[in-house]
Amino acid sequence: MISFVGVLAFILLAPVIGGLVAGIDRKITAHMQGRVGPPVLQPFYDVGKLFEKEKTVANDTQRFYVISYFVFMIFTGALFFGGGNILLVIFALTLAQVFLVLGAYSANSPYSHIGAERELLQIMAYEPMVIIAAVGMYVVTTSFNVGTIASFDQPLVLFLPGIFAGFIYILTIKLRKSPFDISTSHHAHQEIVKGVTTEFSGPTLGLIELTHWYETVFLLGFVYLFFASNPLIAVIAVILVYLLEILIDNASARVKWQLVMKSSWVVAVIVGVANLAALYYLGVG
Amino acid sequence: MLIVRNDIGRNWIVKVSAIVIGAVSLFLLVTSFDKGIVLYEFPSEPTGIIMFIIEILVAVYLLYLGIIYKKYLVLVLVLVQMLLMTWYELLYAHTIEVTSNLFVDQFSIIMALIIGIIGSLICVYALGYMKDFHQHHKELPDNRNIFFFITFVFLSAMFGLVFSNNLVWLYFFWEITTLCSFFLIGYTKTQEATNNAFTALWMNLLGGIAFAIALLYLASQTGGVMGLEELLASGKAIVLIPVVLIGFAGLTKAAQLPFSSWLVGAMVAPTPVSALLHSSTMVKAGVYILVRLAPIFQATLSGYVLAFIGALTFLLASGIAISQSNAKQVLAYSTIANLGLIVACAGIGTYEAIWAAILLIIFHAISKSLLFLSVGTVEHKIKSRDIEDMNGLIMRMPKVAAMMVIGIAGMFLAPFGMLISKWAAIQAFIDAPFGFIFVIILAFGSALTLFFWAKWMGRLVVVTLKQENLETDIDKNIWIALISLAGLTAITCFIFPLISSTLIEPFLMQNYGNAAQMSQDNIIIMMMMLFLIVLLPLSILLPQKKYRHLTPYMGGMTTNADLSYNGAIGLKRDLKLSNYYINSWFGEVKLQNLGIYLCTGLIGIMFLSAAYMGAIL
Repeated sequence: MISFVGVLAFILLAPVIGGLVAGIDRKITAHMQGRVGPPVLQPFYDVGKLFEKEKTVANDTQRFYVISYFVFMIFTGALFFGGGNILLVIFALTLAQVFLVLGAYSANSPYSHIGAERELLQIMAYEPMVIIAAVGMYVVTTSFNVGTIASFDQPLVLFLPGIFAGFIYILTIKLRKSPFDISTSHHAHQEIVKGVTTEFSGPTLGLIELTHWYETVFLLGFVYLFFASNPLIAVIAVILVYLLEILIDNASARVKWQLVMKSSWVVAVIVGVANLAALYYLGVG
Repeated sequence: MLIVRNDIGRNWIVKVSAIVIGAVSLFLLVTSFDKGIVLYEFPSEPTGIIMFIIEILVAVYLLYLGIIYKKYLVLVLVLVQMLLMTWYELLYAHTIEVTSNLFVDQFSIIMALIIGIIGSLICVYALGYMKDFHQHHKELPDNRNIFFFITFVFLSAMFGLVFSNNLVWLYFFWEITTLCSFFLIGYTKTQEATNNAFTALWMNLLGGIAFAIALLYLASQTGGVMGLEELLASGKAIVLIPVVLIGFAGLTKAAQLPFSSWLVGAMVAPTPVSALLHSSTMVKAGVYILVRLAPIFQATLSGYVLAFIGALTFLLASGIAISQSNAKQVLAYSTIANLGLIVACAGIGTYEAIWAAILLIIFHAISKSLLFLSVGTVEHKIKSRDIEDMNGLIMRMPKVAAMMVIGIAGMFLAPFGMLISKWAAIQAFIDAPFGFIFVIILAFGSALTLFFWAKWMGRLVVVTLKQENLETDIDKNIWIALISLAGLTAITCFIFPLISSTLIEPFLMQNYGNAAQMSQDNIIIMMMMLFLIVLLPLSILLPQKKYRHLTPYMGGMTTNADLSYNGAIGLKRDLKLSNYYINSWFGEVKLQNLGIYLCTGLIGIMFLSAAYMGAIL
């Protein structure tokens, strides 16, 4: 059953949490680089400003793609926090992502075009690992329902250490962090300008930013699931994982897309096969 | 139909036949969906004799063709097959009496609906397409009368195939489909077409020979279990060897590696033929028989090996599709990949896997035919079937492009059909022993499919400057087919719980005593997604005058919105954007050879394991 409290909480709170996470991220990053950094609430000011900017588009279809991206990302997260089927959650996530890619394609600009191609490569790179993670959770808990998985009485990470590590690996891609921020990045000055988001500006760009906050919260929720039997430890784990991602982001330079693809797949194959085979051998599930 | 040579007469005959076939399929659905399996006693003589005579005539004709085209491999294969069947007729045919030669059950009805509705729509489309085709290709002889005649023979053979309980009859229809596809692939009679037609022929004849050996084995070793139902009821150990042989025939027909090249080669034929081969006939016959025989494959080593062949084909063919820019090639490899998934489900053979397999068959048939037909339409207008040339198609042919987008979405996105089926397949695989290996292959294969479909979709939706609309003079028969199929793609997603509960679940209950289904919650969520997908495009219609239009950012040197740079001495340099094909990783030759070696080895293992099972029991 879908918990409407979870759905409602996600829709209302996720942008607040996501925005704060983004703000804290920028603060910590700044400190790592020996700067003071912007105020923690800066992301909210930024997005607020985007919505007040002049409304410009490259073509009329862009708005549709961005709105669809936004709606289906909320759908994804709402389904997840509502305790729905985790595979369906993943499929909805892919759908949302494809809308963003189509929006980038439609603009017919060289930078957003390369961004779109790379975004697709990224999806291709991370998706197997996400599905393997869901399947791993199913093998342990015999359910694909997030609600049931979350109420499993032992921490899943004990059964799925390899899959957890693999998930952290691809999380870097999903959070658009270096070294895997090949399609677009939080920082400007890269070879493809702003990649997928190059041709979006003003309110549409604001909406993309908002969607990213929703996405971040959903992804952290996924990390939480690995530790869900003890909420306190789970929250600490989520914070540590995010700190680790910030550290990786600041300590590494962007790599080529070939390496992103290859390494993600190699990691997914190794940890996926090893971990699932071990579970099968031990007769778990 | 063979004798009518003018357009008006042919139009009427084809349309009336199409409507009749479609209506009869629906009538069958209405009258017998709740009856379970119904066996029909139909006198096997003289039908058996007539079939045998036709087979011999066909064989003689093929021998003749083999000689004039110097295709000696075909010659040998036909001779072997002729020998086997004569042997069977002389020694066993009179001793074996199958009481029920025909039968109808829910799976047959599903197949009949696919053949009847989608097949007929393709025929209607062909009316418009073939007219254009012969206007474009004046150098080719206009044999449309033969074309439509064979198409309908093809459809009839498919009906015969799905309603036959007698395996000898099934074999007869099996061979007729091989023959029809041979003629249709070679329709244009160019050198390439003839060669590819012969490739298709020898590969399928190989399967036919395996089938014939299976019949002989059954007749001599099992004391004449010649009915499909009896075969399924007679226990794994006894019939595993013939079932694996028939399974091999299924693999050739379903174009699995190492036999995938015939289906790719079949692309030389006119588009309606491709659509027919890929969606409602031919390859579906291959997977039909595998799904039928799945209870025997279940939990045997041979079954797992079969499933592995399918899974590997899915993975490799999806990879190859990435490296292709020819739209029809992409569709061909995607068909091979999806058939691989169906084969994998059949090899696993649990009730959940079969549920997934049947869903795959249905949804694939609809989306794939829609895609082929829209590619064919576009090809006639823009004179190219290259995906790169479809850049910005949404501006030139908005309606056809929209249908293509629907078809593509139907192939890989939630909440459309193929994704529902893949979801079902994940569930089925993970519940089966050693299933995690298949799940991992599926996860990677799906990621590959996502890449090639999404980049194609991306090409279509590029918004360029205003361009001339090219779809004003498209034949109305073409529109009828395209709109119906696009409608079906969407409608089947809405009514799929109904299809599942009235047709698939009873079939599974009957054969497995257990049925898979999707939980109510998930169906509701899927429906919500569907509504969103339908509603969101309407946002384009909202007034958005406030938005100012800007040209794309091109690094500061843009001259105007048509994507060109100012070059030296006042030249204008155009910019062209194109997709990634990643040939070095997903090259056709490389992956195909890998697949051929691996899958040939696996087929060997499949036979050995079956022989071993047969020997110890």
